[in-house]
Amino acid sequence: MTDGAPVIQVQDLTRTFGSFVAVDHIRFDVQAGEVFGFLGANGAGKTTAIRMLTGLLVPSGGQARVAGHDVYTASEAIKRSIGYMSQRFSLYEDLTVRENARLYGGIYGLTDDELRDRIGAMLSRLKLEPAADTRVSALPLGWRQKLAFSVALLHRPTIVFLDEPTSGVDPVTRRQFWELIYETARAGTTVLVTTHYMDEAEYCDRISMMVAGRIEALGSPSDLKREFGVRSMDELFVQLARPGAGSPASGSARP
Amino acid sequence: MTAAAAAARASGLVKRFGDTTALQGISFSVAAGEIFGFLGPDGAGKSTLFRILATLIIPSAGTAEVLGRDVVTQHWDIRARVGYMPGRFSLYPDLSVEENLAFFASVFGTTIVREYERIAPIYSQLEPFKSRRAGALSGGMKQKLALCCALVHRPELLLLDEPTTGVDAVSRREFWELLAQLKTTGLTIVVSTPYMDEADRCDRVALIDGGKILATDTPSAIAGSFGRPLLAVKARDRYRALLILRGFPHLHTVFPFGEVLHYSDERKDAAPEQVAAEVADFLQAKGLEGAEVHPIEAGIEDTFMERLA
Repeated sequence: MTDGAPVIQVQDLTRTFGSFVAVDHIRFDVQAGEVFGFLGANGAGKTTAIRMLTGLLVPSGGQARVAGHDVYTASEAIKRSIGYMSQRFSLYEDLTVRENARLYGGIYGLTDDELRDRIGAMLSRLKLEPAADTRVSALPLGWRQKLAFSVALLHRPTIVFLDEPTSGVDPVTRRQFWELIYETARAGTTVLVTTHYMDEAEYCDRISMMVAGRIEALGSPSDLKREFGVRSMDELFVQLARPGAGSPASGSARP
Repeated sequence: MTAAAAAARASGLVKRFGDTTALQGISFSVAAGEIFGFLGPDGAGKSTLFRILATLIIPSAGTAEVLGRDVVTQHWDIRARVGYMPGRFSLYPDLSVEENLAFFASVFGTTIVREYERIAPIYSQLEPFKSRRAGALSGGMKQKLALCCALVHRPELLLLDEPTTGVDAVSRREFWELLAQLKTTGLTIVVSTPYMDEADRCDRVALIDGGKILATDTPSAIAGSFGRPLLAVKARDRYRALLILRGFPHLHTVFPFGEVLHYSDERKDAAPEQVAAEVADFLQAKGLEGAEVHPIEAGIEDTFMERLA
């Protein structure tokens, strides 16, 4: 990857399932160190797009490069270059904090020395040293989320994908989590994040909004609010995700 | 039941699971016909509480009544009168929309046809897809089907445990509009949510965390109880502004809040305008140009965070 080139480059990326077009010619770039919000209604195609960008699903058409690697020919190299964290699955609850970190770091091929140094530094940064040998199931949810995020960064990925990382977390912990995101981005790691909290969309440098497989809005929150004449990302979401929403019946248009 | 009687009530409710105490002695009263919301994060005890009210588990201590009936001794009576929608999608994914609904109707000795009028506002939205497998519906439509199934036996009270979690912002809005419609029929609705912005859809809310109720009141009264100067700070470099404000001598809390930061001051009785001027000067002195600082009214999320701190 050359300096200055976008770390994610997507051109007309498309994925069909039978006759259903889940992702329809989407285009966007993400720059190094950017916090990029990947938004859209349930079923808009976000998950399919993310599965292609993380090397888990082969596209039906179009081009994409992630951390400089082609999604068609270098999916294994992509997997080594990215970190991934989801609210639904992140850590093994029956393993301790340290065991989880060793497991993930080991999967990414870190040496014993690297594991020791990086896990030590991570525990110290999170002030989790006293809990190093505690089973993850005994940690409060907020701590688990912060730990899962840090573990996803152990192998120093170019990009980290966060899939609804703050879902269900209390409002204070949610904000502490976003500070970790900012710190990570300042340190040069690119962050691609999905969320259902529209206030969190405002925390992103840029966002894309997917509607029925296409990207219908792309830009910084302030630019998009100006462009669409709305006051908040929530209003933008309502306006784009379901035109005419507000009357309950409109929901039936897209089951 | 008389109009003054509570539709649901709990007193000193405790639930222990082994060494964990999920509910630490909570008390509340829900009036007939109101939408009452339990607002709190995962692990707060919301689902445990709903399972007790739905008579699926019994409390370790304390009492609870639903529609004037005791949750331990009169559970059969309660079950016929409440509709319960659990937090996790609990319909049969391999049955169609219509089959799921017909099944729930038959369990309660009725039919879709007989109950059509009651469920029509919601079911009419699902009918175009009535042959579709429930497992193949979108998140928002699954929730509407689950609501339909909870309503099909004409309950007097609905227990909805996190009906909007993981559902997109537009579907959430539509779901709340349905609840407002149902309220007009006189139904009592007890609902839980982790989304603070949904508080305003409720007549009254209880903030719940760590198995305890932190406050119970109308959303506006809870927001109004914040009790210190609160400022919105708008800066181009939000993260830098946040780090600078951490060094302000009178800081109580500062949090990112949508496109701005919310700053609260440790001097409870200071004049907000005065505090705003000081904060603006401080940011400028630390080299942050062009920040806009002005006093604001607290919202429910501000109050929740204040009570957590």
